[in-house]
Amino acid sequence: MAIAPFVTPTLKSYPVIPLIKVGATSHLKPFVAAAPIQKALGFAEELVEDWQPKAIAKMGDLLGKYRSLQVYMDACVHCGACSDKCHYFLGTADPKNMPVARQDLMRKIYRRYFTWAGKIFPWLVGAVDLTREVLDEWYTYFHQCSECRRCSVFCPYGIDTAEVTMAAREIMGSIGMGQKYSNEIIGKVHRIGNNLGIPGPALENTLEGLEEDTKEETGLDIKFPLDVKGATVLLITPSADFFSEPHVESLIGYAKVFHAAGISWTLSSHASEAGNFGLFIGNYEQMRNITMRVKEAALELGVKRIVVGECGHAWRVAYSYWNTLIGPFDYLDQRYPVPQHICELTDDLIQRGAISFDKEANDKRIITFHDSCNVARGASMGNMVGGQFIIPRRIITSVANHFHDMSPETVRTSTFCCGGGGGLLTDDLMEVRVKGALPRMEALKQVTDDHGVNFMAAICAICKAQFTKVLPYYGFDMNMIGGVHQLVSKAIRLGDK
Amino acid sequence: MTMLTIFYALLFYVATLVFVVGLALKIRNYSKTPAPLKIPTGPTPKTTAGVAWRLAREVVFFESLFKASKWTWIFGWAFHAGLLVVVLSHLRYFQEPVWLPVVLIQPFSIYVAGFAMVAGLAGLWARRWLVDRVRYISTPSDHLHLALLLAIALSGLTMRFVLPTDIVAVKVFMLGLLRFDWQPLPADPILLVHLALVALLMMIFPISKLLHAPALFFSPSLNQADNARETRHISAWASALDKHS
Repeated sequence: MAIAPFVTPTLKSYPVIPLIKVGATSHLKPFVAAAPIQKALGFAEELVEDWQPKAIAKMGDLLGKYRSLQVYMDACVHCGACSDKCHYFLGTADPKNMPVARQDLMRKIYRRYFTWAGKIFPWLVGAVDLTREVLDEWYTYFHQCSECRRCSVFCPYGIDTAEVTMAAREIMGSIGMGQKYSNEIIGKVHRIGNNLGIPGPALENTLEGLEEDTKEETGLDIKFPLDVKGATVLLITPSADFFSEPHVESLIGYAKVFHAAGISWTLSSHASEAGNFGLFIGNYEQMRNITMRVKEAALELGVKRIVVGECGHAWRVAYSYWNTLIGPFDYLDQRYPVPQHICELTDDLIQRGAISFDKEANDKRIITFHDSCNVARGASMGNMVGGQFIIPRRIITSVANHFHDMSPETVRTSTFCCGGGGGLLTDDLMEVRVKGALPRMEALKQVTDDHGVNFMAAICAICKAQFTKVLPYYGFDMNMIGGVHQLVSKAIRLGDK
Repeated sequence: MTMLTIFYALLFYVATLVFVVGLALKIRNYSKTPAPLKIPTGPTPKTTAGVAWRLAREVVFFESLFKASKWTWIFGWAFHAGLLVVVLSHLRYFQEPVWLPVVLIQPFSIYVAGFAMVAGLAGLWARRWLVDRVRYISTPSDHLHLALLLAIALSGLTMRFVLPTDIVAVKVFMLGLLRFDWQPLPADPILLVHLALVALLMMIFPISKLLHAPALFFSPSLNQADNARETRHISAWASALDKHS
C-alpha cells in the first residue's frame, strides 16, 4: 500500500518539547472496518442511523461499568502535567495528542450529557454536542494513542488515557465505526487461533522447519513441540514468533532454554497466540473470549504450567487479567507463578545455575534494553517491585558482556512506547508510527553515540515489528532490534552436561 | 434580624447542604461503580500497606506532579498547603473554646499561608497564559476557578491587613448558624464578598473539577495493589459472564 509522503523528524541531541501545531495530524486515521469484519465480532456493520443516542447510551453504560472511566472523567483539573509526556505529542506537536486534550475529546461529551454544569452551562466547562465532526475527531485521535499509560505515571490523579481511549473505541465499535486492523485480527483469532491467521498444519510445518534449522546450527535435536498432551509447560507466544524476523530468533531461544533445562513443553494450535487485541478495542467480552482459548488448550493438553513468550500487551493481559478472565488456575502447579513469563523462567534457571552461557558469543553486540510500555506500566515479573525491569536486564547481563541503559527518563516506569502499540501497527498509520517513535529514537541515538550501542533488545512482538519498520526512517539499521531470548539463544550452552 | 443576615444564614445552610449531599452522592457513585480489572500503574506497590503509603505520598507531597513538572508542583503545592492551613485556622470561627492546635497555627496562617495561597494561584494562572500547551487546554471554567479562589484569598487578606472587619461579630454569627440561633452579620462589603464566594465554592465543589479531591482516592491506577496473580480479582458484572459459558 502506498504511504502518503511525510517528513521524518530530525533527531536532536537533547529532547525538546515542541510548540503546539494545531491540526498537525488531523488527517491521519486508520481504515474503518468493513461490514464483514464488524459482523464477525457481533458489532454493528456500518455506522448506524441513530448512532448519536446509541453512542451516548453506550457511554452511560461504560460509565456504570468502569470506575476508572467515571473517576477519570471527573478528576482532571487541566493542570498540564501530562501535556508533554505522550510520544505522539512529542513527535507530532498536534495538541490533541496531549493526553489531557485526548481525554477532553470524551470529557466534553461526558460533561454535555452526564453533568449538571455541562447541561446548563456548556460553554463554561467546554461541553459540546456529540456531532459527526466530534465523532470523526474521536476516530482520528483515539487511534493516535497506543494505550501505553505513560501519561498515567505523571498524572497527580493517575488518570490513564488508555482507559479513555479503550472506552471511546468500544463506543465507536458498537455503533459501526470499528478499526479495520484490530477487528480483522480479532476475527482471525476467533476463526483460526492466532493474529496472523496461520492454520494448524502450516504451523506444524513451520515448527518442523525450525527443528531442522536448529539441528543444522547446533547439531542437536531441539524440539518445537505442538499439541503434545501431558507436556509440563504450555507456551503461549505471539504468532509473530513463528514467522517474522527477528521474532523467530527468540522462539528458538525459548526452545533452547527448555531443551537445556530439560523441561517438557508444547505449543498449542488452538491457542497459538499470546496477543489479545480485545484489550486494544476496550472490549471485555472479546478479550475474555480470546483468552478462553488458553484455558481450553491448557485443560485439553493437561499441562502443569503456562508460560508466556515475549509480547508486551499480551503479558499485561496475562499477568494482570488472566486470573480474573479465566482463573482460578487451581488445576496448575502452584509452585510456579501462573502465568509465568519466559523471562521469569529463564532468569530462575540462571539464578539456580541450571543453565549457563558463553557470554563471548554476544561480544559483537553492544546492547541496550527497550522497556515495553505494557510490561513496564501494566504488569510485573518476579515477586518484587520493579521485577519487570530487573529480570530482563539480569538475563541480558548474564548472556552478554556489553550493556548500556538508555537515559533514565526514557526507561523503566517512564519508558516511551515504540510508537506502534495499541492497535496502531498498521501501514495506514505509518506517519503516526514514525513520528511517535521519535522520543525512543532520540534516546537510542544517545547511547549509540556515547557507547556504540548496536543492538536494542525488547520483549514485545509489536515493538520488534514496529522498530524493524521505523529504525531505517531515522538512519538506523533495521537489524538493531531483537529479542532478549535472541541473545539467550546465541550464548546458551547446550548439549550433554 | 436584617434581610442580609437572613440571606447569608440561608446561603450557608444551602451551600453546606449542596456540598455535603453532592459530595456524598459522588462518593457513593465512585464506590459503587465496579472496577472489573486490575489496572494499577507503575511504580506499583505489591501490598495494601504499600498502596496506602503511595496514596499518602500523592495526597501530601503530590509525588506524581513533582515528577511531571516542577513549576506546576511548586505553585500547586504552595496553594494547597496554604489552603489547608488557612481552612484549619478558620475553625476558630466555629469553636468555643478553640482547640489548641488551631490557636497554635494562627501566626503561621496569618503571615505565611494566605500569601502562599495567593502566590501559588498566581503562578498557576500565569502558566495558563504563558505555557502554550496549558493555554490550549484551559477552559473558561479553569480561569474562573482560579479567579474565584484568588478573590477569596485576597478578600481574606484585605480584611486581615488593610480593612479589618469585626471578627468577633463574625464568630457570633457563625456560632449562631451552628446552634440554629441566628445572630446579626456585620454589613462589611469585603466580608460579604468573602463569605458569598466561599459559599459559591462549596456549592460548585460537587459539580466541578474540584472533585479531583475525592476522586484521587478512587483512582484504580493508584489505589490497587500489584497482586493480580496471587489474588483473583472479581467484580459483579464481569464475573456474571462466567456463569453462562
